[in-house]
Amino acid sequence: MKKYFRQAIQIFIARPVAHLLIGLDIIGKEHLPTKGPAIVAANHNSHIDTLILLSLFSSRILPNVRPVGAADHFLRTRTLSWVSRYIIGMIPIHRKNAGSGEDLLADCKTAMADGKILVIFPEGTRGEAEEMEDFKTGVARLAEQFPDAPVTPVYIQGAGRVMPRGSKLLVPFNCTAVIGKPIRWSDEGAGEKYNFMKNLKTTIKDLSQDAPPMKWD
Amino acid sequence: MNWLMNYLADIPGPLQIGFGGLFALLVMGSILAVALPKFKPGKWDDLKPRMQSWWVMCGLLIGALLLGWQAFTVLFTYISYIALKEYLTLAPTRKEDRGVVLFAYLMVLVSYGAIWINNYMFFLVTIPVYVFLASAVMMALTKRTDGYLATIGILQWGLIVCVFNLGHVAFLMRTPAAEVPMAGAAGLVFFLIFVTQFNDMAQYMWGKIFGRHKISPNISPNKTWEGAIGGFVTTGILFVVLAPYFTPLTFWPSVWIGATLPVIGFFGDITMSAIKRDLGVKDTSLLIPGHGGALDRLDSLMFTAPWYFHMLAYFALDRF
Repeated sequence: MKKYFRQAIQIFIARPVAHLLIGLDIIGKEHLPTKGPAIVAANHNSHIDTLILLSLFSSRILPNVRPVGAADHFLRTRTLSWVSRYIIGMIPIHRKNAGSGEDLLADCKTAMADGKILVIFPEGTRGEAEEMEDFKTGVARLAEQFPDAPVTPVYIQGAGRVMPRGSKLLVPFNCTAVIGKPIRWSDEGAGEKYNFMKNLKTTIKDLSQDAPPMKWD
Repeated sequence: MNWLMNYLADIPGPLQIGFGGLFALLVMGSILAVALPKFKPGKWDDLKPRMQSWWVMCGLLIGALLLGWQAFTVLFTYISYIALKEYLTLAPTRKEDRGVVLFAYLMVLVSYGAIWINNYMFFLVTIPVYVFLASAVMMALTKRTDGYLATIGILQWGLIVCVFNLGHVAFLMRTPAAEVPMAGAAGLVFFLIFVTQFNDMAQYMWGKIFGRHKISPNISPNKTWEGAIGGFVTTGILFVVLAPYFTPLTFWPSVWIGATLPVIGFFGDITMSAIKRDLGVKDTSLLIPGHGGALDRLDSLMFTAPWYFHMLAYFALDRF
């Protein structure tokens, strides 16, 4: 029941908002994973990013797609928490507990073992509009655990202009999602955490060249 | 089924033939889109998505024309919004301008609101006068002065072509039926859009077959004098021949419009090409598979719509 509720909201509200109100151009759709375990990793500038990434998947796969978000942000209030869990289908990460010995990625690993497709923003934060921060190691640790799972890089352009961090005003501008060829831990040669992340970040940066020029400062 | 037959029989004759002809063209194009890639693989690959998009666009247009001015106004409100958003996505704006951009989007509703309440004077002063002034003030109030004049100019150019100029298409749908006994207001609008798109296609075909001398290689390398003139003459003749069935124009006025409208459409095309060159893009978005963005399809109509509207108003219509 909950599953269908989430699917219905995403199909009848999220997708029309992304395509008809904001406008979304998709390049390289054939690279998207169709089944889990898989990871989709994207740059992060705006809450709109999640909306855009969820709108990329066909409705059949949608119930298997789970965005990963920060518990301290998305579980702040009861309403926000309910929306995050039941409408967005978010897996919360308790990043404040880092270093306590607790496995922060336990829920993510369970979901992946269960055949889910995780949507991850390796920057860990939205940062400045239309700029990329350093990547956190979580994505590499998940890839190490599932060495054959595809990690699909996605570059999102324009979401930071639609709704920058700190703004509550949504101003529609077309966005572009450029999807690259998936990379795997197993085909990274000596699959090493920092190499993997560096490679992923370079790949996403390179994808930005396929997006149209954006003049906004 | 009976009501449907009655409904279809009530459509004016010229429109029935116009829609039928369009349908035949679509079927023919679709057959070519399937057949041609089999003979010459690779060369005609983009014809299939192009034809599929034509089906969708013609379907939306004919559907809205048949449903009446309300549906047509809603469709064009959305088309103007899509065009303006596409334009403002590519054109340079500043971080502080998000509020003014949102204001511009809302003014699309006000401008089409004037069409909805059938108030021509209100329509005339909304975008070119009061939105012009208000957006300039709003942008001044953001307090950032570097790039002010360039950005307000960019925004206002977009509002004129995407909202005010395209709005004339929707306003033509409000022409009283008594003034256009031949094919109704829908006939006027259908004829404008058909002729404008036909002109684009005729220029393309003439250029493809006879094109030698480039008109402006640094703006639009595919445009040739042979293509342009061949297109103008073909479209002009088509206009004069069909005008009596779709418009209340008499012979000489129809010759005048037939001679000028295709040239104006060409100007719209080349103006948008110059803008795309400046912005460094080939297509304005990927919205319409096989065609590019909304602006790539609407560029000529943004110029022909006001001209057609004012020429009809001058020569034939009492309403405007």
